[in-house]
Amino acid sequence: MSLELICPAGNLPALKTAIDHGADAVYMGFRDNTNARAFPGLNFDPAATLEGVRYAHARQRKVLLALNTYPQTATWGRWQQAVDQAAEAGIDAVILADPGLMRYACTTYPNMRLHLSVQGSATNYEAINYYHEHFGIQRAVLPRVLSLAQVEQVVKNTPVEIELFGFGGLCVMVEGRCVLSSYATGESPNTAGVCSPAKAVKWTQTAQGLESRLNNILLDRYAADEKAGYPTLCKGRFEVNDETYYALEEPTSLNTLELLPEMLDMGIAAVKIEGRQRSPAYVAQVTKVWRAAIDSAKRKGRDFAVQPQWTAQLDGVAEGQQHTLGAYHRPWK
Amino acid sequence: MTMKLSLGPVLYYWSREKLLEFYAEAATWPVDIVYLGETVCSRRHTFRTGDWLDTAKMLAQSGKEVVLSTQALIESESDLKTLRRLAGNGLFRIEANDMAAVRLAAGMPFVAGPHINIYNRHTLAVLMQAGAMRWVMPVEMSRQMLEELLQPDLPEIETEVFAYGRLPLAFSARCFTARHHNLPKDNCQFLCMDAPYGLPLKTREGEDFLALNGTQTQSARVYNLLAETGNLSGLADVLRISPQPENTGTVARIFHARLNGNSDSDEALAEIRPLLPEAPCDGYWHGRAGIEYSAGSIK
Repeated sequence: MSLELICPAGNLPALKTAIDHGADAVYMGFRDNTNARAFPGLNFDPAATLEGVRYAHARQRKVLLALNTYPQTATWGRWQQAVDQAAEAGIDAVILADPGLMRYACTTYPNMRLHLSVQGSATNYEAINYYHEHFGIQRAVLPRVLSLAQVEQVVKNTPVEIELFGFGGLCVMVEGRCVLSSYATGESPNTAGVCSPAKAVKWTQTAQGLESRLNNILLDRYAADEKAGYPTLCKGRFEVNDETYYALEEPTSLNTLELLPEMLDMGIAAVKIEGRQRSPAYVAQVTKVWRAAIDSAKRKGRDFAVQPQWTAQLDGVAEGQQHTLGAYHRPWK
Repeated sequence: MTMKLSLGPVLYYWSREKLLEFYAEAATWPVDIVYLGETVCSRRHTFRTGDWLDTAKMLAQSGKEVVLSTQALIESESDLKTLRRLAGNGLFRIEANDMAAVRLAAGMPFVAGPHINIYNRHTLAVLMQAGAMRWVMPVEMSRQMLEELLQPDLPEIETEVFAYGRLPLAFSARCFTARHHNLPKDNCQFLCMDAPYGLPLKTREGEDFLALNGTQTQSARVYNLLAETGNLSGLADVLRISPQPENTGTVARIFHARLNGNSDSDEALAEIRPLLPEAPCDGYWHGRAGIEYSAGSIK
């Protein structure tokens, strides 16, 4: 049983780095809001897309395209065109969230391989099987909300391959069902391909400390000895009943290295590394560690052990310099 | 045709007595449609599936159209079991809040709830083909996005708009109420019952921002489209009022009077303002940040 390593490619250098360091596939997006990392300066124009596909295919690796935001009626044409571009560019699979777009893709390009994006919010096999029956979805990426036992239940009851997030920024909410960002700023992952967009962020040094604001809403305030992270809305400190704390989630990363033997046992098809917005250096480090870990887990089975240097290397690049098993480990909830 | 009013599902965990009392009163309110059921957390149990069905029958006898709302985040086999029972009840339509419910509705007419992401005409067509007879617009959509979706010809489906109440903004596997009390979700002690309108979450400078409702995160502010009721014709067929612990019936009466031309906009806004447990917002409707408020003269 193979377990593919899927790595983030925010640009062409990151794509090449991921492939050179052992990714089985990379995922990328076009340079607009058709994907959920629609950040300035990130992503691929048509020429870079062709070069990326050529580079990967020459090395027998795959390129997946994230087309995982929700088109609106007025902008539908751009998303439809992106499906066409993916077909022309020889993309190996398109990662979709919008059912209308799935229908377009599967009727126009019956041979196109479709993956259900994490933004499609499918957390159970009935939902996944719906997408399989109607649009021929071949793989589903699960939101980061299920325990490992719940994941296993999904795997056992669907013909669709299951891909899990293994490492990187941790969404505490069900992806595709969180509009906190647009409540504060007007732009959400669903509609605009961004969460807590940089253009709405403001840093101010005040007498009480360094303040981060999102569209003027205070997300956090840091003392001189505290490290300030990117102000993602759900990772700020807030007051509930006069207690100030990380009311939703700490600024922490998901790291599931130690779950690799269980993932292999239950037949998970692929593990995904988050971070298309991160640097090629991050991609290199994370890809290298995960390639070594997956190869080791395949050789050793239940005797697999996480090497301390892997964890140290990953913690060095993790958000907030700490990590969690997230929802895979029940007590997190 | 006059727009219909609906009462959304109770999003909070209320005691059995409170739910019984709430729905006995709701039978007399000027709402056409009542959505019933637990949409947030499967651990909540003051009302079981049988109780929801009994309440549904009582409301149907009072002349209400009853729809059984289903959970948005379906994680376990037992969640699916509840969903199958609701989908197969044989008497009432369901509101599907997950594609699992769409699959299990198996061609029976259903309502595509606010947690099914329908942002464009093509996806609406997919849901209509699956049997949706009504859809509830996602809360973050604007009036302009809705207008564009409904052009050039109105699709053969009813459109419902969330028009009043704290906005359901996000779902998580984590229970934020249990987290606040330093309890694991599996031993939450059902403390969300102590917060019948959610736990207020403020910024560090004391601004009301969100409300924690178990695994659901809501806006602190109350979405209120009362000021828009005069220019919704051709856009919405149904306006949804989301229950709050007090005065929901009065809110429904104010909306009803306004829809029937029995009050003017300023009167209605002045009347509803003291009933809002928190400041109003309507930014989403105007294509702005959801938290903003622009309508009416009352801030």
